[in-house]
Amino acid sequence: MYQYDQHDQAMVDARVAEFRGQVARRLSGELTEDQFKPLRLKNGLYLQLHAYMLRVAVPYGTLNSAQMRVLGDIADKYDRGYGHFTTRQNIQYNWIKLADAPDILADLAKVQLHAIQTSGNCIRNTTADHFAGAAADEVADPRPYAELLRQWSTFHPEFDYLPRKFKVAIIASETDRAAMRLHDIGIQIVKNEAGEIGCKFFAGGGMGRTPMIAPCIAEFVPALQMISFLEAALRVYNRHGRRDNKYKARIKILVHEIGVAEYSRQVQEEFAHILTLGLEPPPAELERIKGMFADPGLESGLSDDLDRSDPDFALWVDQNVHTHKQAGYAIVTISLKPVGGIPGDATAYQIRLMADLARDYSLDELRVSHAQNIVLPHVKKADLYRVWQALDAAGLATPNLDLITDIIACPGLDYCALANARSLPLAQKITDRFADIGRQRELGELKLKISGCINACGHHHAGHIGILGVDRKGVENYQLLLGGAESADTSLGTITGPGFSEDGVVDAIEKVTDVYLARREGAERFLDTYRRIGMAPFKEAIYG
Amino acid sequence: MSEKIKIITGNDLRTGDVIWWTGEGWSRHVDNAVAVTHDADAIIARENAKQVVTDTHVIDAVAADGAVRPAHIKDRIRALGPTVRLDLSLKPADPQAGSWVI
Amino acid sequence: MVETVLRYRTDEPVGDPAVTVDAFAAQSNATAVRIEPGDDALALLPHLERIALIEVNFPSFADGRGYSAARSLRERGYTGELRAVGDVLIDQLSHMRRCGFDSFAPDKPISAEAAEAAFATWPEVYQQTVDGRAPIWAARHPAAKA
Repeated sequence: MYQYDQHDQAMVDARVAEFRGQVARRLSGELTEDQFKPLRLKNGLYLQLHAYMLRVAVPYGTLNSAQMRVLGDIADKYDRGYGHFTTRQNIQYNWIKLADAPDILADLAKVQLHAIQTSGNCIRNTTADHFAGAAADEVADPRPYAELLRQWSTFHPEFDYLPRKFKVAIIASETDRAAMRLHDIGIQIVKNEAGEIGCKFFAGGGMGRTPMIAPCIAEFVPALQMISFLEAALRVYNRHGRRDNKYKARIKILVHEIGVAEYSRQVQEEFAHILTLGLEPPPAELERIKGMFADPGLESGLSDDLDRSDPDFALWVDQNVHTHKQAGYAIVTISLKPVGGIPGDATAYQIRLMADLARDYSLDELRVSHAQNIVLPHVKKADLYRVWQALDAAGLATPNLDLITDIIACPGLDYCALANARSLPLAQKITDRFADIGRQRELGELKLKISGCINACGHHHAGHIGILGVDRKGVENYQLLLGGAESADTSLGTITGPGFSEDGVVDAIEKVTDVYLARREGAERFLDTYRRIGMAPFKEAIYG
Repeated sequence: MSEKIKIITGNDLRTGDVIWWTGEGWSRHVDNAVAVTHDADAIIARENAKQVVTDTHVIDAVAADGAVRPAHIKDRIRALGPTVRLDLSLKPADPQAGSWVI
Repeated sequence: MVETVLRYRTDEPVGDPAVTVDAFAAQSNATAVRIEPGDDALALLPHLERIALIEVNFPSFADGRGYSAARSLRERGYTGELRAVGDVLIDQLSHMRRCGFDSFAPDKPISAEAAEAAFATWPEVYQQTVDGRAPIWAARHPAAKA
């Protein structure tokens, strides 16, 4: 994993000192709220429904155990004993006091974490494949590139006041586990015919009120020109992105309005110019970063044997454990989606327990997935049973990965000032309805995603089943969408028709799953059946 | 008897707590909120100047039998706390407290 | 006219008022021009020889087009005065300087001391821009000249 040197540390320390001064000026009355608000937002500090909320960046979703432990300690020391892992691979605390915020940033800085650019119209925390460095199918570990990108985007002077926020995701396999094409810029690390590593760039994806799938804007940019290309892509957006209407200010609208060919042409023109400036970090810098990710300490020659005699354990292995690139190892996903629970929430105790397990059994590494789960990327198969027992004792062994109860949900109207309807009680009702694990497994892979408003933090457009909460004359109402997907076969969901009450939408989901069970052929997933038979049979079942 | 009123809400600058204007100061309990009229802007300007509250604004509510119920669900959730964590709400002992917001 | 300008150049300030981009194209003797957020700064490239002052207007601090305009002009060889005017706040000064601005005319005056403190906010920088500061990667790899 990446380790800060004195330069990186100096940057986050400077940020803590700056924010401490700004908070002091606010509390003394020297700064008004209007002046202070943009400053606190640059440090991820929002004023939400009940209190201040602090969003802490987890760079490209990777943490070590010391960092994870501090996240748990912060939950106890400054919050109410829990945190919420988000679809942006970050963590949010819901009950922060303003005067404590600089101390929290200082605690974070001690373990090389920060809240820099977790809000505002700037380049946000880069997200990445949560199986990076462990997946068998990657052409390279994407995280060194993500770290290069983190440094380049941190306090970038030209791109701090973009038309709108800007999210970059980076992957390095054909299987997209990061919803890469639903980002402002998506980067896929690829190998060309000559065996050289490069970047395939996508631009103009996103969810929100105008969901779009990012088209490819460059098939192959040499890896050592990635930063220069990003400079060009961002500059064209900063110049020409719309600023007259905040709902049309994301890059997706620009790419859509001028066309992908014209946007690409302008980027290429600017790219050619930027290449003459020599502002790309030298190869030695990428090598330096790569060196820190190269070998997490995997042993070779380990056995792949597994004792599956405990049926509960075997069930969890089948559902929540993935193939690792190294023999004898496995990738464990810890579900933060217990039946009746709040998707993405973890208590301070659970967070510290996961930190301990990472230290003892996962070469000190954890990941946060965009599906709001935690990953232990490097667990020896010989240790799986012990890990499972420890997780099970802490309520963290729900065997439901990618099943209907593995729901992505935004905080919704229970916490969020922007929301129109609650997401979390609905998630709880759905998991209660489908609590039976046998029934869940019968339904198979089924990604259900709930957003409490059109901003789509809960990725409802990309759910096989998506739900969008709206405000209908002061009453919560839920629209149902079918057929979205976020991976290599990215697609956007279609609204079924009129919306439902909270209970009504749970009933409708059950009818939808009934149609699937009745109509599926062979090994079809829900999504496959939907794509084959279309919306009509589902609509008939729901409204007929 | 119920009466449509306007009340002032905001957040405590230091703690972020949701607070309501009582006519004399600020309370965390919405039932202590008082109706304001044309004096609202002056109250907000005066209180903002003290730099102890933030995001102050006027909302609609209904007063009845000594209780105050904000007109919009968002403000009712602000008044109570997260409905999925009633243990952290202002009514931790009332398992039915969540039904008030609907 | 009282206007507080923070200026970090040693040459003589231009006396002429800055004209709009359209007017500038029509006046072959103008030496100072003001660009608005929507203007194409690169349209000035053929005329850089005769320009001594480019003002970049920020009607709102939140409109960041001026940063790209400034940096693009510097990258393409403009060496005259580059002045940020309008809603220019203390918290933006450091970034503006990094993008090539060397004078500032904020709507609300900023003291020279406050400006110096703002420029010193970041002990180091990650990016190579047009202000001559060496990025962190250069300090890490002194031998590897990019």
